[in-house]
Amino acid sequence: MNLPAALKDAALGALVALGLFAPLVGLRTDVAPGGGLFLRTRWADVAILCGLVFAGRLALVLWTGRRGLRPSTAPGPWTARLQQAGRFFAPAMLAAALVLPAIPGIGRYELDLGILVLTYVMLGWGLNIVVGLAGLLDLGYVAFYAVGAYAYALLAQHFGLSFWIGLPLAGILAAFAGILLGFPVLRLRGDYLAIVTLAFGEIIRVLLINWASLTGGPNGIGGIPRPSFFGLPFSMAGGEGTFAGFFGLEPSPVHRVIFLYYLILGLALLTNWVTIRLRRQPLGRAWEALREDEIACRALGINVTTTKLSAFALGAMFGGFAGAFFATRQAFISPESFTFIESAIILAIVVLGGLGSQVGVAVAALVMIGGFELFRDLEEWRMLVFGGAMVVIMVLRPRGLVGTRTPSIALRERRAIGGDLVGEGRG
Amino acid sequence: MAYALQQLINGISLGMIYGLIAVGYTMVYGIIGMINFAHGDVFMIGAFLALIAVLLLQLGGLMDGPAAILLVLLFSMAFSALYGWTLERVAYRPLRGSFRLAPLITAIGMSIVLQNYVQVSQGARVKPLEPLVPGGIEVFREGGFVVQLSYVQMLIVGVTLAVLAIFTLLVTRTPLGRAMRACEQDQRMAALLGIDTDRTISLTFVIGTALAGVAGTMYLLRYGVIDFYIGFLAGVKAFTAAVLGGIGSLPGAVLGGLLIGLIETFWSAYFSVQYKDVAAFSILILTLIFLPTGLLGRQEVEKV
Amino acid sequence: MISPPRIHRNMILEVAGLTMRFGGLTAVDQLSFAALHGEITALIGPNGAGKTTVFNCITGFYRPSAGAIRLHHPGALPTDLHRLPGYRIARAGLARTFQNIRLFPGMTALENLLVAQHNRLMAATGWGIGAVLGLSRYPRAEREAVETARRWLQATTLLDRADDPAGALPYGAQRRLEIARAMCTSPTLLCLDEPAAGLNPRESDDLARLLLLIRGQGTSILLIEHDMGVVMRISDRVVVLDHGRLIADDTPAVVRAEPRVIAAYLGEGGEDEAA
Repeated sequence: MNLPAALKDAALGALVALGLFAPLVGLRTDVAPGGGLFLRTRWADVAILCGLVFAGRLALVLWTGRRGLRPSTAPGPWTARLQQAGRFFAPAMLAAALVLPAIPGIGRYELDLGILVLTYVMLGWGLNIVVGLAGLLDLGYVAFYAVGAYAYALLAQHFGLSFWIGLPLAGILAAFAGILLGFPVLRLRGDYLAIVTLAFGEIIRVLLINWASLTGGPNGIGGIPRPSFFGLPFSMAGGEGTFAGFFGLEPSPVHRVIFLYYLILGLALLTNWVTIRLRRQPLGRAWEALREDEIACRALGINVTTTKLSAFALGAMFGGFAGAFFATRQAFISPESFTFIESAIILAIVVLGGLGSQVGVAVAALVMIGGFELFRDLEEWRMLVFGGAMVVIMVLRPRGLVGTRTPSIALRERRAIGGDLVGEGRG
Repeated sequence: MAYALQQLINGISLGMIYGLIAVGYTMVYGIIGMINFAHGDVFMIGAFLALIAVLLLQLGGLMDGPAAILLVLLFSMAFSALYGWTLERVAYRPLRGSFRLAPLITAIGMSIVLQNYVQVSQGARVKPLEPLVPGGIEVFREGGFVVQLSYVQMLIVGVTLAVLAIFTLLVTRTPLGRAMRACEQDQRMAALLGIDTDRTISLTFVIGTALAGVAGTMYLLRYGVIDFYIGFLAGVKAFTAAVLGGIGSLPGAVLGGLLIGLIETFWSAYFSVQYKDVAAFSILILTLIFLPTGLLGRQEVEKV
Repeated sequence: MISPPRIHRNMILEVAGLTMRFGGLTAVDQLSFAALHGEITALIGPNGAGKTTVFNCITGFYRPSAGAIRLHHPGALPTDLHRLPGYRIARAGLARTFQNIRLFPGMTALENLLVAQHNRLMAATGWGIGAVLGLSRYPRAEREAVETARRWLQATTLLDRADDPAGALPYGAQRRLEIARAMCTSPTLLCLDEPAAGLNPRESDDLARLLLLIRGQGTSILLIEHDMGVVMRISDRVVVLDHGRLIADDTPAVVRAEPRVIAAYLGEGGEDEAA
């Protein structure tokens, strides 16, 4: 595109930017000390923003010669490289995750960040069963996370159950919640299912806020027992019956963090292992077939309802496990941790990673959550950047980082299937 | 009785606001089949724009009389529409014809962006505005209870009906409306027949978000307190309304909005305020289970 | 005028008094016919005669307004198909294909055929739980399933394309794959909805051979078809519909000569009758 046209295009962009930013950025409403509202003008900021849009648009048009970003489903440079390195990539990531606590320079902060990322990896893998494999759009996944967390917290507080008994129970209860939700709504298609799952998530949250006698209401539940190392508590006091005492170590708060790190790593790997196994089994294949064509499934004698329910229940169960872990790690939970934005982030991780791709989901969780932490200095701008990144990545790679599907079985050679052919479900 | 009547009045005026937002959802869904998750946030931006317009007019000493309100309304509509247009241009158009989930994620991303953009640019504090249209009329009195119909409520109902009438005419009687309905039926065929589908879709967003601007203005006038977070819940409820009424149907969206407004108001009045959102969502789930295409939605025939 | 349905010892599918109304429109009116074991029965008729409606009733996608559809099993009680939910019909031994091919496009041909054997494999996995733990008869069951799939890929000359995604196969291959997939459910009756639509003459010939092979292996076939060449060549019995009613039910040779059938196809008799 020639320069005058590009300049005109950029000028138009700047004009639109002026319209967008002049009222909301240029005129800031502030509450006066007396209580009234007054306007503060910031025209310089508006000018800067318009200048940025002008320059950005000009650069984009001149460099790419296109009038905007174009989505691509073709395997991008990194997917190709990922596939080549695929054989090594996943094991390398796993190895890095395994040795992370032992790497010098990795302190408490890094481990906490690792735990956070792994929690989202696990949630992403759990939701991947529902959305990526079975093609059921679930916008309320956080509800199962919440059920798991509260189930464990309440069981531990009221019945004194230990983490290792509470964890499976929390998972079972979450799976039960999944079936409870799934049963009535699985007839629904597409966006109707999405909105109902969203509503379910909100109902659970409102219940948690208002059923104060059980859940502590907005104040949440505190003093949730921390996990022990198979009966040995982590205590700063040291002594006979504690983890440090038993192994003859100097008591350190890092022990618990390392233990939590490996705990969530193990739980995430369990999720991954079950998913990978099931994908090669009739149940997993039926999920994927359901995503491709529900009517054909019915004609082949597959009970669509129970198949969908099993995906829902299993996804919910892993969400529940993650919730129980969250509760024991934080020792405090409140409804604030289970808002819609969590569901949205988990779903974004699944879609950005590439529906159905285990490696893609892990990478997406690392990029999104790790990146989010990297930008902590941006403070209030952080979420703005986060949302913007979601839009940009999606526009550039609508099928996610790994947009291909690997067949579950092959007579001769397993070849990746292009994302254009793979369905994404109507349910 | 009087109490119930008061709730009816309150419910209708709240429902009108939901209905206005719901129309935007339903129009966009009808034409490109996606949930525009950021629509609730455009409503929030509309409320902020109205607030800014009010303050500007107050600065000039002009904030007086119906003309001023009309100005505020037009200001909010115009700039909300610009936001809507940009939204479609930046986040949805590049993904046209792509996978269904991609625009959903960009929509959620845009919703996060808009919310935090307003938080950054306008601050996180709640903005209280003194009532602009105070007073009302006494409908009747029963015992000690006075049934009030405030001028704001009348304004909301009046403006909503007028705006909806204008836009219904636009959609049913003009070439633009015909183009919109054609795109709704079959985008590729519409394009083959010479309809500029991109432009039609853009205009759909412009109209839908202008209506969200109206809703934002009405919300500001009625409640007088706004913050950057009001868009989420209002958006979810308005989408609920659109689904309840049968997505894709304009009268359905208004009907759904009214129902949600009434359910919420009556539930708060007679049962519990805390669970009003649960009531609205439970009704949604029940409707979808027993009436999967909503109240006025078209039955989708499963072709094999 | 029309003889009552042949009550035959050798019946596999019995349609009795089938009526289907959509609102005020009666698409199928009191239709009765039967398909026999080991035969290819063709259901033909001009456009709008109600063939697809009948087909969708039999395969459980519509619930008939009245009448009965029964699948007979040798030496056992018949199954009332009109009372079963869709997926149970397939389990009862009736498989179908679709007019607009419905494969799983993002899965390979082999995977498509394994999904078709879902129920058998699922039982072998101990409904999922055993399989995850690796404690089951599953590996053997899967080997057998792959063997079945390989056999049908061979029969449909798709063995070379086994690891290609179904959506990437050419049209004719997709049609054959859909038949192979239906056969992998081990049906007693295979129902085909216009299997020759869109095929070139050579592909039609291949299809005819494939259907004869399937019949030869003991599976009965019911097909809707427009391609009269294929129908007359391979069918044992032809059932002709017009305006939702049965107008002929006989061997191809007889049906071909039947004046009412000719009239229906040339579009004369229909109007006369209606008037």
